[in-house]
Amino acid sequence: MDVLQLLISGISQGCVYGLIALGFVLIYKATEMVNFAQGEMMMLGAFVAITFINVLGWPFLPGVLAALAVMAVVGMVLERLLLRPMIGEPHFAVLMLTIGLGFILRAVAGAIWGGSPRALDSPYAGKVWQFGELVVGAESVFIVAGTALLCLGLYLFFRFSRLGIAMQAASQNQLAAYYVGIPVKRIYALVWALSAVIATCAGVLTAPVSLVDPLMGLIGIKAFAAAIVGGFGSLPGAIIGGLVVGLAEQFAGLYLPPGFADMSAYVILLVMLVVRPQGLFASMQHKKV
Amino acid sequence: MRFIRKTRYAQDIALFRHNGQRFWYALLGVLVVAAPLALDDFYLGEMAQVYIYAIAGIGLMILVGYTGLVSLGHAAFLAIGAYAQAWLLTRGWPFPLALGGAALLTAATGAAVALPVMRMTGIYLAVATLAFAVIVEQVIVHWASVTGGFSGMLVPGADFAGMDLASPRAFYWLCLGVLAAALLLAANLLRSPSGRALVAVRDSEVSAASMGIHLIRTKTLAFGLSAGFTGLGGALFAHKIGYLAPDAFTLQLSIMLLLMVVVGGLGSLHGVVFGAVFIGLLPQGLALLRDTVPPAVAQIPGLEPGVFGAILVLVLIYEPQGMYGRWCKIRAYFSEFPLYRRATYKRQKRYLRTERLQ
Repeated sequence: MDVLQLLISGISQGCVYGLIALGFVLIYKATEMVNFAQGEMMMLGAFVAITFINVLGWPFLPGVLAALAVMAVVGMVLERLLLRPMIGEPHFAVLMLTIGLGFILRAVAGAIWGGSPRALDSPYAGKVWQFGELVVGAESVFIVAGTALLCLGLYLFFRFSRLGIAMQAASQNQLAAYYVGIPVKRIYALVWALSAVIATCAGVLTAPVSLVDPLMGLIGIKAFAAAIVGGFGSLPGAIIGGLVVGLAEQFAGLYLPPGFADMSAYVILLVMLVVRPQGLFASMQHKKV
Repeated sequence: MRFIRKTRYAQDIALFRHNGQRFWYALLGVLVVAAPLALDDFYLGEMAQVYIYAIAGIGLMILVGYTGLVSLGHAAFLAIGAYAQAWLLTRGWPFPLALGGAALLTAATGAAVALPVMRMTGIYLAVATLAFAVIVEQVIVHWASVTGGFSGMLVPGADFAGMDLASPRAFYWLCLGVLAAALLLAANLLRSPSGRALVAVRDSEVSAASMGIHLIRTKTLAFGLSAGFTGLGGALFAHKIGYLAPDAFTLQLSIMLLLMVVVGGLGSLHGVVFGAVFIGLLPQGLALLRDTVPPAVAQIPGLEPGVFGAILVLVLIYEPQGMYGRWCKIRAYFSEFPLYRRATYKRQKRYLRTERLQ
């Protein structure tokens, strides 16, 4: 029974990692930039949702939709102001820039919402369902269901919508996409908006369980490990990687000496990088000579 | 800009390019050696801190600025150097041996870490070093018999050449001496064939390999040297803070070291020193600024890292050459005075060299 319980909490935590990892991968695939501030985008999204729902008193669903819209605009504005001037600069410079951006977002969140942790009011807060001896929190179920729905939505978007296909084209070959008339710069801005929306979904789903504070975004680093485990550049891989990291963390906490739970994500990451650097689901080949 | 007519090949690799440089460096040297006679203990302590940052920064500059490999985990090497120093001193090693031992141990760790991660490049390497730093932090916390775990470890007092290092003056001179030696070592390294190999690897791995440079060996060398310099800085850092605890060596410190080399100016040893001065003075400047702004602003949580982040972003967008690059431009402006042309330093439009195979 313990194992099943761990399995469930591992999967729901893994889904959160997976969603953040999805944001990393989307941006990397489309723009070849790595956004280290993805965890901070999640934190910001959760805070915006709290503002609409807790502070302004909107009902849950409209509040979440409003937060998604606000964060989409934030994503686009960040891309336009900070990332657009960096097109063509080395990867390392962009990486540093997004690390700096993460620090700034953390300070901004601290300035607006203060440093003390808050919980998002949700209609399903605190509810539990009991199956025999197994106790399942409604939050976990909503995290898993929300992730599944979002993945389905993204699949349909990339498979059938005009914009989704244009994004795929831009991420596969920028120059060719430009030649067939896709406005690549605008696509970049939209990709940033999309990944901010996904980060906000992760934030809203996790906010009722774990409290929201400016340092919450630090789990972005673990999500990064998930993205690499899944093979940086594969969307299903990101979710699978998230599940691997989430489950490993839960089980390391039970079966291994203390300290390993915090480390497990990084140990998996290092082992993965040494043994199979292209990740579980390699979708991109790197240059060889 | 001064053009030198070179008549011997040795002039190409000379440490000083002309007598003007010799004069200014000598003047700077006299000033910093004589500083303890004029300044009080507080400022000496701050300057010693700047020198320690600079020593650690030389290590990171060799890796990031000259070899083009990014490390997000250099705080771990700083920690290994610091703990090694404290541990060796408690075992009764004399100070100079402990310092050398700490640097060598850190260099060996760096080279050992380098071996598995050297197949990676760019972002993968950065993340691997980040993971390494987190693991080192956890090891420090849980290996209590050596490191004292959470409760920390007292750094024993030491003396060197008859001077007690607890005195700020003695410690200042020690740090200055080590920094001077480290700078000389790094400058000599960078004009040797090995140093040139590092730069070649940074600029193009393919062409470096086709010139006969062994990539893995060169990168491992860079990693080991980088860790060694940073470990040396860490050993001195241990004496500076006096008490070691795992929360002194966090991700934020790694980022701050990286901020130092980027803000100072990548790819030059001058940049390290500029960056160290900047990093050393910034907390003081922020403390002063904190008094002038309304308390509501001054009490924002995470304000200081936020300012760090903002500076990093602005430097990367507007002056990727860092403070040293800006200084070169200002100097060129005055040395060419009425004839300076803005276009000399205009940034060319660049295209990203993609890492992907389409």
